[in-house]
Amino acid sequence: MNAAAHGDLKLDYQEFFFDAIVIGAGGAGMRAALALQQAGHQVAMISKVFPTRSHTVAAQGGINAALSNVTEDKWQWHMYDTIKGSDYLGDQDAIEFMCQEASQIVRELEHFGVPFSRLDNGKIYQRAFGGQSQNYGESQAKRTCAAADRTGHAILHALYQQNIAAGTEMFDEHFALDLIQDQNDHVCGVLIQNLHNSELKVIWAQHTLLATGGAGQIFRTNSNATINTGDGLGMAQRIGVPLQDMEFWQFHPTGVAGKGMLISEATRGEGGILKNADGEAFMVKYAPKVKELASRDVVARAIAIEVEEGRGCGENKDYVLLDLTHLATDVIENRLPGIRDICLTFLGIDPIEKPIPIFPTCHYMMGGIPTNLNGQVIQPVYASPQSPITENQITVQGLYAIGECACVSVHGANRLGGNSLLDIVVFGRKAAQFISHQLQNGKQNSERPTAGHNLNTLLNRYQRWHSETSNEAENQDSIFAIKQDMQKIMERGCGVFRDQVHMQQAVESLRELEKRFAKVTIQDTSNVFNFERTSALELENLLAVAKATACSAVARTESRGAHTRVDFTERNDDVWLKHTLFYPHQEKIVYKPVNMQPKQHEPFAPQKRVY
Amino acid sequence: MQITIDRFNPESDTKPHSQTYYLDDSKIADGSMLLEVLQQLREQDPSLAFRSSCQEGVCGSDGMNVNGQNCLSCITLAKPLGEKIHIRPLPGFPIIKDLIVDMEIFYQHYRDVKPYLQASTENSHDLSQEFLQSPEERAKLDGSYECIMCACCSSSCPSFWWNPDLFPGPAALLASNRFVIDSRDITTIDRLESHDRADNIFRCRHIQNCTAACPKGLNPSQAIQSLKHAIANK
Repeated sequence: MNAAAHGDLKLDYQEFFFDAIVIGAGGAGMRAALALQQAGHQVAMISKVFPTRSHTVAAQGGINAALSNVTEDKWQWHMYDTIKGSDYLGDQDAIEFMCQEASQIVRELEHFGVPFSRLDNGKIYQRAFGGQSQNYGESQAKRTCAAADRTGHAILHALYQQNIAAGTEMFDEHFALDLIQDQNDHVCGVLIQNLHNSELKVIWAQHTLLATGGAGQIFRTNSNATINTGDGLGMAQRIGVPLQDMEFWQFHPTGVAGKGMLISEATRGEGGILKNADGEAFMVKYAPKVKELASRDVVARAIAIEVEEGRGCGENKDYVLLDLTHLATDVIENRLPGIRDICLTFLGIDPIEKPIPIFPTCHYMMGGIPTNLNGQVIQPVYASPQSPITENQITVQGLYAIGECACVSVHGANRLGGNSLLDIVVFGRKAAQFISHQLQNGKQNSERPTAGHNLNTLLNRYQRWHSETSNEAENQDSIFAIKQDMQKIMERGCGVFRDQVHMQQAVESLRELEKRFAKVTIQDTSNVFNFERTSALELENLLAVAKATACSAVARTESRGAHTRVDFTERNDDVWLKHTLFYPHQEKIVYKPVNMQPKQHEPFAPQKRVY
Repeated sequence: MQITIDRFNPESDTKPHSQTYYLDDSKIADGSMLLEVLQQLREQDPSLAFRSSCQEGVCGSDGMNVNGQNCLSCITLAKPLGEKIHIRPLPGFPIIKDLIVDMEIFYQHYRDVKPYLQASTENSHDLSQEFLQSPEERAKLDGSYECIMCACCSSSCPSFWWNPDLFPGPAALLASNRFVIDSRDITTIDRLESHDRADNIFRCRHIQNCTAACPKGLNPSQAIQSLKHAIANK
């Protein structure tokens, strides 16, 4: 036991030494931990929930790979679709790498036991998804490998099972509080808390990998789990790492109206049609060629416009219908059983008989912690107001990020369906391979830095939530109230359609919320599963994500991908073909260029995006 | 609505006690799930402890016993439960706090059945092709792989209550059967032999509480039956 004295309170902690730390046990974290463990390293996998509760479990439709099992396919076509889908903001070297790796990594998942649906010839079943094409935009491709409509569940459980087989050491129901840095600013470990008893643990390691997933909880209506609170982004920005492209949030076109849970894109891939109150299949107006299978941003906007212009359904005309009733019953029963379950449970509707009321729901964060292909966290060397675009970047020693919390950037301004499951396993494995290589080349044993570290500062920050003194006036406010207000602010200011006035209001309202957060206290003083304290720590991370989102969004005076402005309706490549880097502390924004140098394929120059 | 919750705080209580809360009926919509009710209660009383995450019945965090039935709070409609609801932690597990139970023994049984594909090593490193599996072979896995490990089944099973240290319980046996029937797995005999003991699978008397409790509509009892047949015929 070690201890640091802080006023009246003594915070004890236990120490552990590992080769590498993986924070988060979703698909990305578990793929990385598995690779590290199999390579013979000592890896600690930390998760605030039991691993199979991670939100990868909710991914439905599938994972993209140009297997050519159903239609002829090439990774180059997948690459083109992904770049076009990203509205040309995705880094082309990263996208090229991901699409090249896809086929092998999907077959590897199959070898891990994932129960993919099958074709008559015994190969993996693939379905059509939005934004995918053959021969660079010519005709619809079928590229999304699926295990019915439970692909995320199937992948997450298979990865957990493989980690059991490999013997990975897991710290379940442990909440990561902060990254520890040595005096050279190298990340050298993490401070975590056991939720069962509030005991603190310090894990020292030379390599710390963030795989903490998304932060959709900043919006009121979202498809995310309550655990998706951007903890990795919060930790990273607290040590001075900027957040990249945070203005880009995907609103999934088909959330259950008024509730937000997801109705998979697979419904449209299997032939579902969107209809407005007049019964009109309206997508033909917005994407004449591929209709329902346009990119998600295009479909979400189309639905929002239909409702805005008064063609919504229901008493309040606030949703449209997703019609599957014309599909063969066995398609719904065998290919979309989970969707049918959700409809029956939450709507009391059987999609075999009745269309599903849907409206866009916040789904995915395209932005995140900036990384290179190896998952190393990077930041600009120097950027001044005079030269706001910087090309030179350095790595943050010892820190890595993968999956939704990272921005590598393969999704740019809009992610294609089926690419997030691919992203997590490709870059999970890649980062682990890189760390493994470093471990083999460098010194093996992890030790406490001799030259000093910032642990005491971190303990100080945490101590706030242990103080039992609180006065009545401050108790008027609560963690729950602040979170709800944040969600409303973000929905009003940074929804599907955005403008200067509303986004600026959001920025200012968030500043007010920060002041409230600085004063708020908690009522629960328990040390056993203190949900209120964990919520407070999560809310601090969410507020940082929300502010990065609003500030980055108001600064980008164009429309690109999921960032749609009614006051700047066009994409403006001359000025805005660049990544945003936002520093929350200083509220400073710098920009860096988009990578247009893939290694094997010719670069794809930006073109007008038509579906 | 009157909601009684069995509560226990290890820091201050020596044994569990029940606490009754009241919620105005107007705050509960027809479509409200029980989880929303619990969340409203937690706003009143932040010390109320329960697990939850996905809110749509796929992560398996929020198994609990409601009016005597195990269920997931996030996919259980509140209103049909009646004016008086009694919520208890999942039976048969040590209580950590309120509705949060210690599921370690449940997870240990799962790990003990080696719940991972063990395919022929011959082709396992060849990533140029997937292992082939016919749609019929794949269809056998339906009803097995969808388990979300919420423990509603095992915690409704008297055999598990009686011998939690020995009897794997329906969830672990369902997982074991999932690999026994997977055409890609080659360790069928080993798997069957590991269960061929009086204190293991044969503790199951097929009262089918597990199947009745499963919030995903799976049938662990039938999976256990098919495992027993395979053991008898191996």
